[in-house]
Amino acid sequence: MTAPLIERSAALRRLRQLGKAMTTPLSPHDYLALINPLWSQRELRGRIDQVVPETERAATLVIRPGWGWSFDHAPGQYIGIGVEMDGRFHWRSYSLSSVPLVEGKTVSITVKAMPEGFLSDHLVNGLAPGTIVRLAAPQGDFIVPDPPPAKMLMLVGGSGITPIMSILRTLERRGTLPDVVLAYSALHEADMMFHDELRELAERTDSLHFVPRFTEDEGMLTADRLVEVSPDWQEREAWACGPGPMLDAFSAHYEAHGLLDHLHVERFTLAKADGTASGGTVTFGVGGPSVEVDGATTLLEAGEKAGVNMLFGCRMGICHTCDAPLASGTVRDLRSGAEHGEPNEYIQTCVSVAAGDCTLTL
Amino acid sequence: MAYADVREYTHLTDDEVDAIGAELDQIRAEIEASRGQADRDYILRIITLQRRLAAAGRITLFASFFPPAWLLGTALLGSAKILENMELGHNAMHGQWDWMNDPEIHSSNWEWDTTQPAEQWKHSHNYIHHQFTNVLGHDNDVGYGILRMSRDQKWHPVNLGQPIYNALLALFFEYGVALHDLDIEAIRKGEKDPKLLIKQLRQIRGKVGRQALKDYVMYPALTGPFFLSTLTANFTANIIRNVWTHGIIFCGHFPDGAVHFTEEELEDETRAEWYLRQMLGSANFEGGKLLHVMSGQLGYQIEHHLFPDLPSNRYAQISVKVKDICQRYDIPYTTGPLYRQYGQTLRTILKLSLPNRRTTDNPAPESARKRRRLEDSERPVRRSELGKWSGAASV
Ligand code: FES
Repeated sequence: MTAPLIERSAALRRLRQLGKAMTTPLSPHDYLALINPLWSQRELRGRIDQVVPETERAATLVIRPGWGWSFDHAPGQYIGIGVEMDGRFHWRSYSLSSVPLVEGKTVSITVKAMPEGFLSDHLVNGLAPGTIVRLAAPQGDFIVPDPPPAKMLMLVGGSGITPIMSILRTLERRGTLPDVVLAYSALHEADMMFHDELRELAERTDSLHFVPRFTEDEGMLTADRLVEVSPDWQEREAWACGPGPMLDAFSAHYEAHGLLDHLHVERFTLAKADGTASGGTVTFGVGGPSVEVDGATTLLEAGEKAGVNMLFGCRMGICHTCDAPLASGTVRDLRSGAEHGEPNEYIQTCVSVAAGDCTLTL
Repeated sequence: MAYADVREYTHLTDDEVDAIGAELDQIRAEIEASRGQADRDYILRIITLQRRLAAAGRITLFASFFPPAWLLGTALLGSAKILENMELGHNAMHGQWDWMNDPEIHSSNWEWDTTQPAEQWKHSHNYIHHQFTNVLGHDNDVGYGILRMSRDQKWHPVNLGQPIYNALLALFFEYGVALHDLDIEAIRKGEKDPKLLIKQLRQIRGKVGRQALKDYVMYPALTGPFFLSTLTANFTANIIRNVWTHGIIFCGHFPDGAVHFTEEELEDETRAEWYLRQMLGSANFEGGKLLHVMSGQLGYQIEHHLFPDLPSNRYAQISVKVKDICQRYDIPYTTGPLYRQYGQTLRTILKLSLPNRRTTDNPAPESARKRRRLEDSERPVRRSELGKWSGAASV
């Protein structure tokens, strides 16, 4: 990781300290951002450069990040993007489809409009170039080692192609594309993102074996038919990304063959509660302790029951001492009955109950 | 006279109290559901305005040797600080804008342009004061540990100096606020956790240092030969802000009609009763739009205390409904022009500098119930110590 310029130069660092002392308790960026919103360094921001349609329901957003962004993400990682709609920021994560560093000034994500996803729909159809969005730095460990293994298998469903795309493009650009079998399923050809690019890539290189599958006609690729797509699948290091049920099926298959170590999985569809769910499993911190609760136990009480060191003040929804960001899932505010289910949204644990399984960031 | 029971004081039936609670919950739900673009635009406008005022003030003061520029720069900077403390800082730190999911305008990371660290304010004000509003012995905002603001507080000869303490508090209000969460009373009684005390003192020293460095060293130094005139301008801007915020804040709970409570009220208090206590313990003032913006909408103190985390630009709209509830249930809704509310507050400060037997009127004649004042040893453990907030948890 190369640090941003301002971290590297001692003179600039001193200048920044001086600036900070002059604008305390704000930072100089708060004033600079009034002139150009991309000059904020309180948090990462970006400007939408282009919206490139990929299919009827998918588009690539080319984003020009502002200050503080380093372009050396690992292919396969995802970023968070926060978009304002009706006064409120909605956050989602999308895999980067662009190649690290090479493009230098922009990054891109490819978004598919989901049937119930009002935000993805907005991203695909509603973002005008020039819109300022908030960004969260690349993260995720769905990555390919450098150099890559000699034989790879990629199992992809639907919009799961985006991280794979970034990986393939990077490998090709570096000239290290090994023997890859890409099994990629979509409803039909028009719904298949990057279809043409992948075909060309497969023609250009000997090492990519592209197996598109159109599930409307051919049905799903089931785990027991994997051998038809890739007879030597057991010898390949595998990367799988797509809908949950598909990933579950393949994980079970690999496990049954004692090969789970060779499967890298990326999940990104969050199960949303159906609006009537009450109670569920509450997890405190990703990978932290969890408890089963009913629809009347507040998350604060649940945390205390699980032995978590929860912060609280009034316990009645006034003081916000108990606020914690929601990592996933949906909760219900006991006072208004309103549901909150935005990832990263702060909720008051003392007056919220679980509406289905949920995870808090602590 | 402080009251031990909100229901008894209001002469409402249990059903009526619950109905009021339900109506207020309903108002909250409606406002929550209707928050949107217009509210965001409002707060962004105020932020932009505030930052421009601040920048304009600082720039004007480069000519601070020239008296009209000194005046103008000071006025601009003073207004910027007022706007920042009231409409932005106070309200953002209450979580009023958290719904936007915008990390830049969020209670978890807003720090304000005054000497009290935000974290401590969120405890002393947002939690202690807003939960225990006007409950004697629990709400340190009653007189800020300096003034005797209720007849139920024991008189001491020291109180004779109240008018002077009050004037000093007004001038240096930000420092009074900075020390607020230390809880001088707890320190005096030896109940304060020394580790927490040290941590808080360090935080305060850091914040005061940064604020003073900015206003009294950096900017004066930048203007070179006019160091002194810039320094006096910055000092004056801070004083203007202090006097203004002190006045606005004192008008929130001390005009005639805002009542105090005893700790008995807290026992098994329901949410509806809490609402009632907020309404009875707070006081509004009237004025134009500008006045409300410059006071962080605290002219709608009653509404603010009912819904401390709803966006401030909605309080005017909420007040119509709250007033209506008060009328229908015959509950007092204390309001009046700013000068009158402020005048009554000053009168109380003067009057209560004397022992009760030296003053005649009883601000709450309708209460015939006389209570013996509890001794310190009889009081239940301070509720504030029950809470576990970040400051306490991380020592
Ligand atoms: S503890 Fe005060 S709002 Fe939750």
